[in-house]
Amino acid sequence: MNAHVAAAPVGGRLMTPSMRLVVGLFGIGALMIAWRLIAGLGATTAMNDGYPFGLWIAFDVVTGTALACGGYAVAILVYIRNKGQYSPLVRPAILTSALGYTLAGMGVALDVGRWWGLWKVPLFFWRWNFNSALLEIALCIMAYVVVLWIEIAPYLLERFKDGANQTMRSLANTAIPILKKTSIWIVALGMLLPTMHQSSLGTLMLLANWRLHELWRTPLVPLFFLMTCVSMGYAVVVFESAFSALGFKRKPETEMLAGLAGVIVPLQVVVVAMRLVDMGVRGVLGDLLVLDTRALMIILELALLLAPAVMLASPSSRRDIGHLVRSAMVMMFAGALYRFDVFLVAFNPGAHWSYFPSVPEILVTVGLIAAEVIAYVFIVRNFPILSGGRTVAPERQAA
Amino acid sequence: MPACPAGVHRLAGVSLAWRCPLFASFSLDSPGVGEVSRRDFVRFCSMAAAAVGLGPLAAEDFVKAAERGAKPSVIWLQFQECTGCTESLLRTSHPGVDELILDLISLDYHETLFAAAGHQAEAALKAAVEKNAGKFVCIVEGAIPTKEDGIYCMIGGRTALEIVNDVAGKAGAVIAIGSCASWGGVPSADPNPTGASPAHAVLKGKTVVNIPGCPANPYNLLGTVLQYATYGTLPELDEENRPKFAYGRTIHEHCPRRAHFDAGRFAEKYGDEGHRLGYCLYKLGCKGPATHANCSVMHFGEVVDAWPIGLGHPCFGCTEQKIGFRMPMHQTVQIFRPTPPDTYPPINANQGTISPVATAVGGAIVGALVGGGYVASKKLSQAPDEPPSSLPKAGV
Repeated sequence: MNAHVAAAPVGGRLMTPSMRLVVGLFGIGALMIAWRLIAGLGATTAMNDGYPFGLWIAFDVVTGTALACGGYAVAILVYIRNKGQYSPLVRPAILTSALGYTLAGMGVALDVGRWWGLWKVPLFFWRWNFNSALLEIALCIMAYVVVLWIEIAPYLLERFKDGANQTMRSLANTAIPILKKTSIWIVALGMLLPTMHQSSLGTLMLLANWRLHELWRTPLVPLFFLMTCVSMGYAVVVFESAFSALGFKRKPETEMLAGLAGVIVPLQVVVVAMRLVDMGVRGVLGDLLVLDTRALMIILELALLLAPAVMLASPSSRRDIGHLVRSAMVMMFAGALYRFDVFLVAFNPGAHWSYFPSVPEILVTVGLIAAEVIAYVFIVRNFPILSGGRTVAPERQAA
Repeated sequence: MPACPAGVHRLAGVSLAWRCPLFASFSLDSPGVGEVSRRDFVRFCSMAAAAVGLGPLAAEDFVKAAERGAKPSVIWLQFQECTGCTESLLRTSHPGVDELILDLISLDYHETLFAAAGHQAEAALKAAVEKNAGKFVCIVEGAIPTKEDGIYCMIGGRTALEIVNDVAGKAGAVIAIGSCASWGGVPSADPNPTGASPAHAVLKGKTVVNIPGCPANPYNLLGTVLQYATYGTLPELDEENRPKFAYGRTIHEHCPRRAHFDAGRFAEKYGDEGHRLGYCLYKLGCKGPATHANCSVMHFGEVVDAWPIGLGHPCFGCTEQKIGFRMPMHQTVQIFRPTPPDTYPPINANQGTISPVATAVGGAIVGALVGGGYVASKKLSQAPDEPPSSLPKAGV
């Protein structure tokens, strides 16, 4: 398959039956969001004074942004390691990143108790607490959202370059050259910002000090967060590419994805080895043998981290796209479980506190993911994001 | 300034020696060597008033009374006693006993603090009684034996009965300090061979303020004496003539171990884990729930936890006529108010709820993701190089 086929809109009808289901899920989520905004956090979530953050932070933000690291992971490969053959993966990866980060921002906004005061935050910048790790994360993530949308803007504007709409055409023709000229800086920022905040997400829980269980409490948490976000980013690229192929009836980019898998395998092995050595050096390795809930979770984490490496060990297994997708899913689960563990399982605010997300919390998260899927499908159907072999004629009944 | 009575010169030993002559030692206008400044004096009075709960205005009244030269003459009688009440009085420091006896009151007779002996001491007593007849405060320490005309306690050829009737009969106010003078105390414990009796039983028809305790907390005495000296009145008394400011509530009400009582955590025997952890001493026979006194909030000699329960011993009810020296040490008292509940709530209520519906929904979603992903990956595997045309026309 030709890696340099130009990207083009996929086209096709937007409201397919499965899209109706997704829109329905988004509708339910939107209702729950409205309920949460009106009735408040206490009425709608299972959060409490012991667990002041819940699913929206642990999944939507911490796991969601890691899953949205496809853009970061591919950028490392394409721009830093200069593997140009992967460039067709850049556009969809950046798109999923932009959507993922935007929704993570929404997740944080929903988590703010007095959300009606949020508008003050960007305006009254002299009141910011510059000693706060959360502020660094918030600024970094907000900046990265902007950077991602600037990165994706030329692809979106391409559609209007020769379009009928006069205003959009002149906008596209002015903006695209400027964006292309500045793209090196934007790409550099796009490398820097995730490196900063993905590691800071780990730093955040180190502030909890003894409330974080010993097995997880290591100064290396930021590094582990960074390493797993890269592997999760690759996994998402595999996943997204395979499912685009399935959903839009396109030829899967198996060869390219197999190459990606080759990058991931050593990374996974290094992460597992470092975690074991770290636990050994800190003298807590023996705690794994007590086999309580937390030890079992660590063992599960390590197994899930190692599993893709085993699954993809032989080059022939990497050529099976189904096998690639399965191992990508395991990889995403591994990274997600590590993040959930650090933020919720390893975190012990004291006796008698417990947390499991409430139904509205889960439905809001599902609704946000549904929104992401809707936006992704809409954009790839109408804008030149995906490249490569189109096998089904576009129906061009775009929304 | 009152003249310094003979025999009081070497009062309380070395620490006071520099203040001789003792009772002429303070001038409110121009402090000199061995004298107390007005500032110091106001400070003593404030401390004394605060210590006995009389309020800030009382301090000013004490000063004014002292300026008028109205220091109350105090005559302290000691009979069947152990001098514990005197000893604890000597160990107060806010005000200290020196400040007390020099500045706030005029202690004209006290056998323990006297340097004088024999006829000299008797003469001092006679002089003090005659000089302030009808105005002085008579403090009785110790029980008075009544059997066989009171021959079991005699001073200067007179029985305690005669002395107390003579002196207290001429006093402006009579205060019985300690459990012996208030209820009979140790000397009156069964079988009471000397017929030891409390002061109020001997001085029929006279109001005797009881300040029980073994020893009595000196602040309760100070409060009563200073109020009498300043306002000429006695504090409000309960039905057993104890000042309500000190004996109005039970120890149990303000016990520092009350939380353990309420939580059902008790020391079961001396030295067990509960005892070492400072649990409630009720089961060891603590009489706190039935004993009216302020020990739990006014510790002795300004030493933190210097009181029985603070030191890990059950209260033995010394301020109660029917408990101290009457009830066996380790017998528990009946608690009328408040009674402990039959069951106790957990110290920490469980916080946070896990909804079964939410776990089901969460499980269903994760299951759907895993299952869907697996099925889809199988489909991809089956047609690795061709578009999966077997799929429905649906998009994602």
